[in-house]
Amino acid sequence: MDKNTIQEQLKEIIAVYVPDKEILGKLTLEHDLINDLKINSAHIVDIVLDVEEKYDVMIEDDVIMKMGTIGQAIDIIHGKVLEK
Amino acid sequence: MINNRVVITGIGVVAPNAVGAADFEKALKEGRSGIRFFEESQSLNFRCQIAGKPLITEDYKAHYFDDYYQNKLDNNAIIYACLAGFEAWENAGLIHHQNQIDFDSGMIIGSGALGLDGSNHAVFSKILAGNNKRLGSRAIPESMSSGAAAYLNKILGLGNRILSNSSACITGTESVLLGYEHLKLGKAKRMLCGSTEGDGIFIWGAFDAMRILTSDSNEDPTNGSRPMCDSSVGFVPGSGSGAMVLETLESAQSRGAKIYAEILGADVNSGGLRDGGSMTAPNSNAVAHCMKNSLREAKVASNEIDLISGHLTGTKGDSTEIKNWKKALGGPQDKFPLINTPKSMIGHCIAGAGSIELVATLIQIEKSFVHGNYNIKKVNPDITAEIPLERIPMNTVHKEINTVIKANFGFGDLNCSIVLRKWKDG
Repeated sequence: MDKNTIQEQLKEIIAVYVPDKEILGKLTLEHDLINDLKINSAHIVDIVLDVEEKYDVMIEDDVIMKMGTIGQAIDIIHGKVLEK
Repeated sequence: MINNRVVITGIGVVAPNAVGAADFEKALKEGRSGIRFFEESQSLNFRCQIAGKPLITEDYKAHYFDDYYQNKLDNNAIIYACLAGFEAWENAGLIHHQNQIDFDSGMIIGSGALGLDGSNHAVFSKILAGNNKRLGSRAIPESMSSGAAAYLNKILGLGNRILSNSSACITGTESVLLGYEHLKLGKAKRMLCGSTEGDGIFIWGAFDAMRILTSDSNEDPTNGSRPMCDSSVGFVPGSGSGAMVLETLESAQSRGAKIYAEILGADVNSGGLRDGGSMTAPNSNAVAHCMKNSLREAKVASNEIDLISGHLTGTKGDSTEIKNWKKALGGPQDKFPLINTPKSMIGHCIAGAGSIELVATLIQIEKSFVHGNYNIKKVNPDITAEIPLERIPMNTVHKEINTVIKANFGFGDLNCSIVLRKWKDG
């Protein structure tokens, strides 16, 4: 699975947690989930659960901490999918 | 001491037989039943396999919810409360600002067994399977008793008192009493008040175990809830939510709001689980005391009352309730007011009952009618021994309703009574 596909799917997963939907139209890899997309930090766990379910992977607690930006999240998911 | 007059300027409702105040008005008039058979209750060997549960379309939700609420909220009690609350707020002509806090407005949204809603089955299952890690961030707010108020306020942004009362079946009436007292004292300009109850096997199953639910109507669900009927054997559980915007008269008039009614008086008390009062049955002296206190505060004489909105669940307690009304109101038997309850159509919505029934009362005041007490083949003779039969309308009666007294009684020997009067300009 290529990273572009993951980016599109990740955008769908996070959309419901992003208060200002306009930003989704111009999403970049550098966007920080909490600081730029204004996702409530409590929802990071929800996003991880949604990702785990979607890709049938396990994301460990210490890895969650590294999911700061869209780019980092894509790299983590990509790596997990390859490990399967 | 500040002693503001308090009025009601907005209503919202999610009931088993109708969603939204406009449809609820129709449902009350035509005697529409929201009681259905539930296969799950049958498969789990419940004696009572019927209940009232609101049917909400995705379109209806979409009018009030953003995509997060629409797609993620699971708890029925919270969904009902949010829909009723947003409707009431909108109905009052109020708007909310995404980035502003309104310190003049607060809310009191009570609940019964919010954490026992059927939706929480998934939470319990994950924990029991050793998978608590798989619970999302909603597991706490969707099981805490203040969850309904919290989700409502995420959207409304109110900064005054935010309270979630829980007092069994008086929760809804009590939420209005608490808002009324807060406004009377001048501590806020507006209070969104209401209550909610979810549904499902964990709530219904425990009532069923007490042998207080209707068990003779599994094949005839709409006939199961029969308040004041000679053949009633128990209540039918229901769920849903009612919400009202309470406002100081000054605030309502200053913004030109439509006023449904003024709250003239209210009282809440307990029979202390003494003198006939128990966990499940009310102390009759305390009940009459509560009703009388609300009338005294309202400065309303019994002969001014046009309608009693009773508690009347369809249990053997109905005739005791009628005796208590008579005791509280005094006066000759033939002057007894009309009395009704929507429970024949919606069942007993437990903590949601008081607020849903108050919304029904306000609709009847506004539209000048008294809805029928349906499903009665023969009135319980213990009731006709107390009051004339024609005081119990079996079908909708068109009639101007000015003054109403409404009461509910709850487990733990709790009573709450409220007196309302139709608002007339000038």
